[in-house]
Amino acid sequence: MSSLAHTAYPEEKLQEVAKLTLCRESQVSTLLSIFGERQHLSFPSIFIYGHTGTGKTYILQTVLSTLELPCAFINCVECFTPRLLFEQILNHLHHHHPAPENEFSSKERCDTFNDFVRLYNRGMSELSLQETFYIVLDKAELLREMDANLLPGFLRLQELTESNVTVIFLTEIVWETFRPNTGCFEPLTLYFPDYSKVELQKILSSEFPVKYSAEFYASYINILLGVFYTVCRDIKELRHLAALNFPKFCEPVIKGEAKESDSHKLWKNIEPHLKRAMQTVYLREISSSQWERIQQEDREASHLKGLSAHAHVELPYYSKFLLIAAYLASFNPARTDKRFFLKHHGKIKKTDFLKKHEKTSNHLLGPKPFPLDRLLAILYSIVDSRVAPTANIFSQISSLVTLQLLTLVGHDDQLEGPKYKCTVSLDFIRAVARTVNFDIVRYLYDFL
Amino acid sequence: MSKRKSKDLCLPVGECISRVHAILRQRLFQHHGKPFGVDSQHKHLVELLKRTVVHGESNSALIIGPRGSGKSMLLKGALEEILAMKQVKENALQVRLNGLLQTTDKIALKEITRQLHLENVVGDRVFGSFAENLAFLLEALKTGDRKSSCPVLFLLDEFDLFAHHKNQTLLYNLFDIAQSAQTPVAVIGLTCRLDVMELLEKRVKSRFSHRQIHLLNSFSFIQYLEIFQEKLFLPASFPDSQFAEKWNESIKSLVESKMVEDILQKQYSASKDVRSLHMLLLLAVCRVSVSHPHITAADFLEVFRLRNQDSKANIMHGLSVLELCLIIAMKHLQDIYDGEPFNFQMVHNEFQKFIQRKAHSVYNFEKPVVMKAFEHLHQLELIKPMEGLSMRTQKEYRLMKLLLDNTQVIEALQKYPNCPTDVKQWAMSSLS
Ligand SMILES: Nc1ncnc2c1ncn2[C@@H]1O[C@H](COP(=O)(O)OP(=O)(O)OP(=O)(O)O)[C@@H](O)[C@H]1O
Ligand SMILES: Nc1ncnc2c1ncn2[C@@H]1O[C@H](COP(=O)(O)OP(=O)(O)OP(=O)(O)O)[C@@H](O)[C@H]1O
Ligand SMILES: [Mg+2]
Ligand SMILES: [Mg+2]
Repeated sequence: MSSLAHTAYPEEKLQEVAKLTLCRESQVSTLLSIFGERQHLSFPSIFIYGHTGTGKTYILQTVLSTLELPCAFINCVECFTPRLLFEQILNHLHHHHPAPENEFSSKERCDTFNDFVRLYNRGMSELSLQETFYIVLDKAELLREMDANLLPGFLRLQELTESNVTVIFLTEIVWETFRPNTGCFEPLTLYFPDYSKVELQKILSSEFPVKYSAEFYASYINILLGVFYTVCRDIKELRHLAALNFPKFCEPVIKGEAKESDSHKLWKNIEPHLKRAMQTVYLREISSSQWERIQQEDREASHLKGLSAHAHVELPYYSKFLLIAAYLASFNPARTDKRFFLKHHGKIKKTDFLKKHEKTSNHLLGPKPFPLDRLLAILYSIVDSRVAPTANIFSQISSLVTLQLLTLVGHDDQLEGPKYKCTVSLDFIRAVARTVNFDIVRYLYDFL
Repeated sequence: MSKRKSKDLCLPVGECISRVHAILRQRLFQHHGKPFGVDSQHKHLVELLKRTVVHGESNSALIIGPRGSGKSMLLKGALEEILAMKQVKENALQVRLNGLLQTTDKIALKEITRQLHLENVVGDRVFGSFAENLAFLLEALKTGDRKSSCPVLFLLDEFDLFAHHKNQTLLYNLFDIAQSAQTPVAVIGLTCRLDVMELLEKRVKSRFSHRQIHLLNSFSFIQYLEIFQEKLFLPASFPDSQFAEKWNESIKSLVESKMVEDILQKQYSASKDVRSLHMLLLLAVCRVSVSHPHITAADFLEVFRLRNQDSKANIMHGLSVLELCLIIAMKHLQDIYDGEPFNFQMVHNEFQKFIQRKAHSVYNFEKPVVMKAFEHLHQLELIKPMEGLSMRTQKEYRLMKLLLDNTQVIEALQKYPNCPTDVKQWAMSSLS
């Protein structure tokens, strides 16, 4: 017996919907009860929100297509201008497909919302469609960036066209951020909750590869979720990870070292591997194909470091000092310069510099802009006699700016000249400083 | 009674339910019927329109009221009454405009032409000005077999949006002809902006009649209950009178139920407008099926709960533990710095302090992983960058604001599946 008893739709179709949409019984039955019978009036607008991968697109598509409800399913990423949006909806209404035969043209040209409503109405009366027509706008948050009349217009399209139309918005963002200042027609909001671990297990396990048993695959998914669930609940991401690492999981079985039922052995084999995968693949630091290749080569994966670990550029010796000086200028208060860089400054304690309101370190607040002469002063004192600074400083600075290691801060004040900020991380600058034997931490106020 | 009996049908339940849906959906989604408690406004409007369509006087008025207060319904009702009058039927013309549709005056003029069926008359003619064009249209209405010019009703929904058009040309010209032209016109604007007069330019304002009709949702709770009942009652014309009787009985007992009254009281104090009541009723009606042929108090409870979910708390439910930890860290920061904005670096630092107190390191994520979580919160618009900061600031240092209040965070924490106790305690140390 299907849980979706609904007189308006044939039982076998409902069963098909139920089979395709796991763990979403309550959302599907709410939707069906809201839709009502085919020719009944339905809600003017429905706003469905929920995290990515909660099945918003999938469920709507499955329900509408299985029950063969007339609809236009629009992705606002593809239809990024009003004209594309309008014409696409009209194409769907008329079952018109842009194709080589018609030179990929739309059914009708439509530039404004006013034209859209008129053409829509004309289409409706030509087709004499009695049933509710559904317009689904996926990634609806993008509508907010289009013309201001679009979102409120679609929300009350039923009133504007005086026809039986329902507009469904799908998005990850909450409704409150959509509402215009002067209010609008309030849609019915529905929430698609995130899947629990058990539900994810059920959905992901349902797609087991034909060569293996359902139990075997389910045990694999169980281990996978154990590792990734705390950081990632996105079903698409998890499914991707599952597909990527499954060959490794099967390896002992294929080599004959373990049976499908040796769950502990299989677990021991795969778990460290998955943990490594979390750091690299999850952040997309290396591509999936790279990861697969590395797996096959079976290299010791501890060599594997993401971009974030070995991010450094080769710089000329002198530029390194320039960058270090810039970092110091960005993160030390100017008044402490003499403490660090004057040769005979005597002993000064940190508390001597401390001002009352200074609660947070500069490494929390971020780099401060500094003028050129301060940079040069610091530079000369740290370079010492090691290098005679003869090279062209300005061209070096501008190449650091090009590399985005320094930023030029907009200077409105014509009198003061340009200011810069150093935009590299502490780890980065330490790595650079190490290559020139400069102990940068000793010169940083925050670490005194 | 006996008279009715003869035409009485006994329909199968499925058929009855289907009809109930059809009738109530129609009633609750559309603006038909007589509005409740706005008799004087209705009379005022009818009188005004009558003067134009019957006596040939020009006129202008604004209908002002909050969203869902029945402006469109009032206008529709008044027009129906006017058009039903014998002497009006054939010669009054309507031009319906909507600020959402006609976003420029050029589009509006085209639409006016179209609605007056004058596209062929205008042809390729070029006009010097907007005023000239409009005058031509009105003049064109006069010709033909009609001797006197027929009255034109200009109905402008979302009126305030027209005030944003360049120079307010359309409004200026409409009000101008309402003052001076021979053709009798009525210009009726509908708006939810109480400050609409301040949007009008001086020369526009001076041509407006300053007639305003206000709708204020000023129902008492008793009236609200009456509306509730009336909106759900089946009409006497319902084919299966036995079913209708039972249905109406069940509605009556609903109104008397304490639970339903409580819910309606809550809804009433949140907003008195009829449209939000409609939404509540509709959702309850949607739950009616063959196996559940009457609305129950429990339905209302469920529906009310559905309508009053906190969407941000919902979204927080789906965050990862790491993301939740970041939100808690932000809360702590806001406490320490009196709601000053924060950046990623500060949040990360606060989070590290929490981790370092723990012996085990389940939450030990590398910084890029934490950054990804932070960016996800931004993408979900739970945190927002401060405006006016250049995009050049490194993402770690960009100042952000948290868009959640304490109750939302607490609610989310309580509902959060398997929330680790130490995280909860950490959160409570600042929230409570
Ligand atoms: N209940 C389910 N049953 C079966 N498969 C599901 C279910 N939910 C999600 N999926 C699968 O997960 C994939 C992702 O879901 P979907 O694209 O609908 O998410 P979404 O909520 O639209 O996300 P986004 O907000 O990113 O668009 C789908 O392609 C589908 O295959
Ligand atoms: N006084 C009333 N009596 C009965 N029903 C009402 C009343 N006021 C509003 N309604 C109902 O509430 C719904 C909203 O009314 P309507 O569309 O006329 O509001 P509106 O003021 O035009 O709103 P908006 O500013 O959003 O256009 C309609 O379905 C209408 O039937
Ligand atoms: Mg989607
Ligand atoms: Mg209205």
